[in-house]
Amino acid sequence: MTFMTKLLGASAALALSAGAALADPAIIFDLGGKFDKSFNESAFAGATRWATETGGTFAEVELQSDAQREQALRRFAEAGNNPIVMAGFGFATALDEVAADYPDTKFVIIDMVVDQPNVRSVVFSEHEGSYLVGMLAAMASKTGTVGFIGGMDIPLIRKFACGYAQGVLAANPDATIIANMTGTTPAAWNDPVKGSELTLAQISQGADVVYAAAGGTGVGVLQTAADSGILSIGVDSNQNYLHPGQVLTSMTKRVDNAVYEAFTAGVDLETGFNVMGLANGGVGYALDENNAALVTADMQAAVDAASAQIASGELVVHDYMSDETCPGLTF
Amino acid sequence: MDLMTFLQLGDSTFRLSTPLLLACLAGLFSERAGIFDIGLEGKMLAAAFFSGAIAFVSGSVWLGLLAGIGASLALSLVHGLASITFRGNQLISGVAINFLAAGLTVVVAQDWFGQGGRTPQLAGAARFQNITLPFTEQIGHVPFLGPVYVELISGHTFIVYLAALCVPAAWWLLFRTRFGLRLRAVGENPAAVDTAGISVVRLRFVAVGICGVLCGIAGAYLATALQAGFIKDMTAGRGFIALAALIFAKWRPWYALYACLLFGLLQAVALRFQNINLGGFVLPVQFMDALPYILTVVILAGFVGKAIPPRAGGEPYVKER
Repeated sequence: MTFMTKLLGASAALALSAGAALADPAIIFDLGGKFDKSFNESAFAGATRWATETGGTFAEVELQSDAQREQALRRFAEAGNNPIVMAGFGFATALDEVAADYPDTKFVIIDMVVDQPNVRSVVFSEHEGSYLVGMLAAMASKTGTVGFIGGMDIPLIRKFACGYAQGVLAANPDATIIANMTGTTPAAWNDPVKGSELTLAQISQGADVVYAAAGGTGVGVLQTAADSGILSIGVDSNQNYLHPGQVLTSMTKRVDNAVYEAFTAGVDLETGFNVMGLANGGVGYALDENNAALVTADMQAAVDAASAQIASGELVVHDYMSDETCPGLTF
Repeated sequence: MDLMTFLQLGDSTFRLSTPLLLACLAGLFSERAGIFDIGLEGKMLAAAFFSGAIAFVSGSVWLGLLAGIGASLALSLVHGLASITFRGNQLISGVAINFLAAGLTVVVAQDWFGQGGRTPQLAGAARFQNITLPFTEQIGHVPFLGPVYVELISGHTFIVYLAALCVPAAWWLLFRTRFGLRLRAVGENPAAVDTAGISVVRLRFVAVGICGVLCGIAGAYLATALQAGFIKDMTAGRGFIALAALIFAKWRPWYALYACLLFGLLQAVALRFQNINLGGFVLPVQFMDALPYILTVVILAGFVGKAIPPRAGGEPYVKER
């Protein structure tokens, strides 16, 4: 009997502590994992920044499989977490179903658009940031051949490739672009061995700057590029520090800002469609002490000029996802 | 295509085939002794993690290799204990090992290094370096043979050469020694081996142990030779491709070499030429990725000779019925 009382007491305590989480924001990381040194890690950085600045707490979960998406969403919504941020395009279907069941909870989805009244869709203009690093790649390349290595072959990653190709061709119309995708399953985000082989294959075809938009696979790409003495370009987070002096730059996608803003707004979050591009600092290229010697003043001036033109709308970078075609690159 | 492209393809094939070959031979020893092992993937993963971690901590890749082999051996013992001593289902034990390794490596890595389930980057002596074979200077100028020797044969890591040596060694051990005969017999008819007064349990444990050592080398190759550290799930299904290669090779060492080279070549071709244009018809890269599995199914269906597994495979041995 005493055991039973203890058990009941324990479950009551658990229920109470679950209730205390009320209105805390929550974040769900995608399959790449919280510490992918890239997209998810950036989202985590934004959440942590909010927590240290406000002293608040947030709930989080890392998914292990596709099937857990809806389960995780419902779990947080039932527990009263608000708003719930999910990092990744893969949540669209699950969110579309769940959002209607919890009209009082605000959801934020990054990298995808879900048309529901209580959802904020944050989309980044990756093609604009990729355009800038593409220009840098073309200007840094001595062979006139540059490479692109994507993760899973999805429209979003093609958008990166397409913007990159346009930037390369803008800086050097005669340049050759070799674009490869790692695979077609989520395993493509975590296969550094394949990333290495792709890099070596591109090097043997003459590439001397390689841009990796491939999550954990990119770690292998950057490693092999550094081992082989060519330049690489990181993605999402600033990855210049991984191999100082050998990473040309990183296309930064400020997922952290998107998460930070959502957490700060809390329950008063504005829903709807939200584009983060060059104009509002959503994307850009990273310049720090690790790559200062690689980016010359001329290169920087050219890229900053293009950046200003894109921000003002004078120069339009074609978005692959708008019509699934790409000038300058065939897949 | 010029000679250089062929050589680069071959180079890439060797690198990609090596982990497959080691895992395939590992599976071969285990399955020839009657223990099915679908835990190759998990053992490689655990070995990859421990080799990366210990190589980083100690700064020596050799200690890392030993640690990788140790971790893989430990999982092999778990498999042996479950499926030999306790006569459990070998497939379930293998699946459990895969899950255990996938989860445990990330948890331990996160606790140990705090870098999100990966090990810090290895450098210098903590990684296997490429070995330049002797006489590359002299032979390099010879037309055709020179570039083949320099580009294709020289300049791999120690483990690639070790894996190549493992094939004749495995063949000799299995088909030319008393131990090999007994090992094969234990996979076909353990009762006969038992009648001859030889311990079935001991033989099977030795086979599973050899399997563990080879998987350990394969995992260490991924983390300390091909890459510079462990990343979660970095085996990316190679253990399963190795199993497919094992069936494709009909449980024979030399065929295992050919099967792994073929699968490695398919991967290398897929990586090098994304979509292959066959005069108006485009062969998509996805098809190349799927080809190893398609070939295995074709073999299993009996179109290209018959693949007969060891007869006592998957059956726990019970002395008295």
